Amino acid sequence: MIPLSWFLILSAALFSIGLFGVLSRKNAVAILLGIELMLNAVNINLVSFWRYGDVSQMAGQVFAIIVFAVAASEVAVGLALVISVYRRRNTVIADELDLMKW
Amino acid sequence: MTAMQIFFLITGLVILGSALMVVTTRNLIHAALWLIVTLFGVAVLYAILNASFLAVVQVVVYIGAIAILFIFAVMLTRKEMRDRGPQLNTGWWLNAIIALLTFGGLFWMLQGWNGFSKTAADFPSGYDAVGQLGKALISPDAFVLPFEVASVLLLAALVGSVYLAFNRK
Amino acid sequence: MTTETLIWLIPLPPVLAFFLIVLFTNRNKALSHTVAVGAAFLSWLGAMIVFGNSIFKPDLGKAPFASSLNWIPTADTWLKIGVQVDPLSAVVLFFVAWTVLMIFLYSVGYHNYGQPAGDHDHPGLPPHGATDEHGHAVPSIEPMYSRFFAFISLFAFGMFTLVLSDNLLTLFAGWEIMGLCSYLLIGFWYGKESARNAAVKAFMTTRVGDVFMLLGIAFLYSATGSLSYRDIFQPQVLHALASVPTPIFGLSAAGLIGLLLFIGTVGKSAQFPLHVWLPDAMEGPTPVSAMIHAATMVSAGVYMVIRMFPLISLDPKTMTIIAIIGTFTAIFAATIAVAQNDIKRVLAYSTISQLGFMIAALGVGAYAAAAFHLVTHAFFKALLFLGSGSVIHGMEHGVLHTGDHSVDPQNMFNMGGLRRKMPITFWTFLIGGFALSGFPLLTAGFWSKDEILADAFSNGHLIVFITLAVAAFLTAFYTMRQITLTFLGEPRTKEAEHAHETSWTMTAPLVILAGFAISAGWVGIPQDFLGLHLNPSWFHEFVGSTLAAMPEATPFSWVAFGTSLLVALGGLFFGWLVYRNVAAPEQDKLQIPLLKNKYYFDEIYNFLLIKPSYWFAETFVYQWVDKGLIDGILHFFGKAANVIGSVVRKYIDLWFINQTVGDGTAHITQWVGKNLRPIQSGRIQQYMLVSLIVLLAIAGLLYYLLVIV
Repeated sequence: MIPLSWFLILSAALFSIGLFGVLSRKNAVAILLGIELMLNAVNINLVSFWRYGDVSQMAGQVFAIIVFAVAASEVAVGLALVISVYRRRNTVIADELDLMKW
Repeated sequence: MTAMQIFFLITGLVILGSALMVVTTRNLIHAALWLIVTLFGVAVLYAILNASFLAVVQVVVYIGAIAILFIFAVMLTRKEMRDRGPQLNTGWWLNAIIALLTFGGLFWMLQGWNGFSKTAADFPSGYDAVGQLGKALISPDAFVLPFEVASVLLLAALVGSVYLAFNRK
Repeated sequence: MTTETLIWLIPLPPVLAFFLIVLFTNRNKALSHTVAVGAAFLSWLGAMIVFGNSIFKPDLGKAPFASSLNWIPTADTWLKIGVQVDPLSAVVLFFVAWTVLMIFLYSVGYHNYGQPAGDHDHPGLPPHGATDEHGHAVPSIEPMYSRFFAFISLFAFGMFTLVLSDNLLTLFAGWEIMGLCSYLLIGFWYGKESARNAAVKAFMTTRVGDVFMLLGIAFLYSATGSLSYRDIFQPQVLHALASVPTPIFGLSAAGLIGLLLFIGTVGKSAQFPLHVWLPDAMEGPTPVSAMIHAATMVSAGVYMVIRMFPLISLDPKTMTIIAIIGTFTAIFAATIAVAQNDIKRVLAYSTISQLGFMIAALGVGAYAAAAFHLVTHAFFKALLFLGSGSVIHGMEHGVLHTGDHSVDPQNMFNMGGLRRKMPITFWTFLIGGFALSGFPLLTAGFWSKDEILADAFSNGHLIVFITLAVAAFLTAFYTMRQITLTFLGEPRTKEAEHAHETSWTMTAPLVILAGFAISAGWVGIPQDFLGLHLNPSWFHEFVGSTLAAMPEATPFSWVAFGTSLLVALGGLFFGWLVYRNVAAPEQDKLQIPLLKNKYYFDEIYNFLLIKPSYWFAETFVYQWVDKGLIDGILHFFGKAANVIGSVVRKYIDLWFINQTVGDGTAHITQWVGKNLRPIQSGRIQQYMLVSLIVLLAIAGLLYYLLVIV
């Protein structure tokens, strides 16, 4: 019915879109949005490989769950950072947060 | 073209379209909301893939927690109600090319794989995928350790984010 | 001990005395003069013993006492050092030993031994007088007393070496030692500039002669391979030398060698034209004048010519040159002597003249006569010099007494009437003066001078005869002039009035030498004197036996005898006649400027030779060559090194190494760093972009390498 390739192509496209968002958006929060998209693409990949492989092997789903947890924690910490930075620097434009330059 | 395929195509379009909107829209609130749409679409995709537990967890965790968190963050970090100026960096076309290249590369690599076009095996009836998932998550010779570590990670993230975002007044 | 060993030992005591005085006894004046006079006495003793052995040895000429040692190795032969006593050296040794001892003894008194040290005497200047406890000015002792004795001891050593040597090398060694000592002793009072100049002049002038003599010795050595007399005087060697012609003046080898050796004598014995040093040498103390100019050094020159007579007589041209120079010098010096006012200068020119006599005698072949005159001249000239020293001492006493130091104690016109004040000096000086003049029969000078004149006359050298006769007349004349002005008449100055006789150490030698001045001539009375048949002249027989062929005894000639009688007595009489009434230089008609100024020879030499030499040394060599050329080259090298150094510094060191390599590396590093820094912009999207691009690139590369290849 649905070939695996469709899922894989979909996840690749989603990943690319997320990548584009990460690279192009000015706002730091928007960058994190792009990261979320990428993580979702990964999850789609994992689950589709689970489904199209041996279903009794739970590794795919478990991995996806772990990714969920990681994504959640990462978003939490990232947004906390953004908020903290916003409080200090009064900006969330990623380009303006360049104190770690030379 | 079976019904599932059509259904899949619609879901896919929704996902990709809303993802595009996420990364291009000016208004960040809109972007967060488009993200919710994307996440919904991904949940539907999980359901197509018979990963029912994950579909629900997606909705609950991602949409219910993460997207809300995003909206909170956007609201907390706005200088005024409207976003002004372009939202994309000046070299965004280069980034687009890179994204396309990435996609092209991934596609090209995958299509060389002989398992690329295989179809799904039938889902065994009566197979309790969720129960098996639960068992896998807590049995010591399966994945209990990553599971516990993930919870520690969540604890660390919790503590960290609270500490970072704490407003000392 | 054999006679040969004793001969080796004769020169030793004086040289030991020299070293002892210089090293050890310099401070102790009494010890120094004891050492010196003792050494002279030991040498005298040895010499007398040797002389005694020599007279009684038969055929001494054929078999002399001889001994030699190998000294300097040269290729496959040796240069030797050795002694030889044949009749000639025996008689010369006799008079050298006597005169040296007398002069040493005299020096003790001359330098005022026993007197207090001077008030302001400096070493280097003549002693100037001291004040004794009564406040009188008295003569003071010479500050450099020991040094004087050291030098004259060395001088005696040189003379003994020369006389006793058996080869030209040892003779030359003694010759040069005496040259050195004459320099040291003429310049004894080195604080006086005139003394310094005189010392240099003496040394330089004799050096000119010595150079030619050395050339002659070298020529002789290369021609014959030996310098020893016995080897040279072999008949075949002499014959060979006489037959080899040389390109110079057409002389044979023997003649050229003889001429070169003779030039050494011209320098050393102050013949014309190298006579200029001897009058100036009167700057030295009087014992030095006696020693150098009477007894020893100038006699050495004549001795050498007599010694080399067999060689020199081979070439008639050389003999002619020698005769001409000798005769000319004799008359030339005699004419100058009549115009001199300094008592020592008269004697100096007299010495030059008498040496001219001897040389002329050798030039005409009068071997024994020349030797005879050498011996007698040594005695009476030494006597005259020592006597003049005694006179000067007496006059200085007068100067100290009156305190008027502007009066020259040596000027004869300040003297007069000293016969009463200094009787011993007067009588001995008179005997010496008569001997010099040739007072007949009683004095030694008569016999020797007569023999020379007889020899010249009978061998047909009439020009020589007449010139020497005129010179003899002048000799008597100026001698009597000297005696009259000094001793006869009345004292002309207060200083002369206060003169008195000198100590026994000075008068005893005078008496002894006067004895010799009288008696030395009697050993040489010719065989047929006045037509009487006497024994052959002992001197002629003895000394003549030195030659391979005994020279003939000169036949007695009434003409020669009469001439010499006439010139001697005539000269003495005229001298007394003219000068008994002369009291001041203005009255002296013979004060001709040309004669007084020695025919201006010093001025001529100064202009012709001295000034150009100074110019050459000072300007040419020093300024132009040394400072200009050589220093210029060195400065050039210095400047070139400087330039090279600065170029290296500027272009290689500063530019290349500092800037390009040194600072360049730093700049490049800085530039690279500065340009790489912007990569770290702090903007995370840029980081991500860069890392993605790199990731894509690496993925592509790996895919290419792993899959396609």
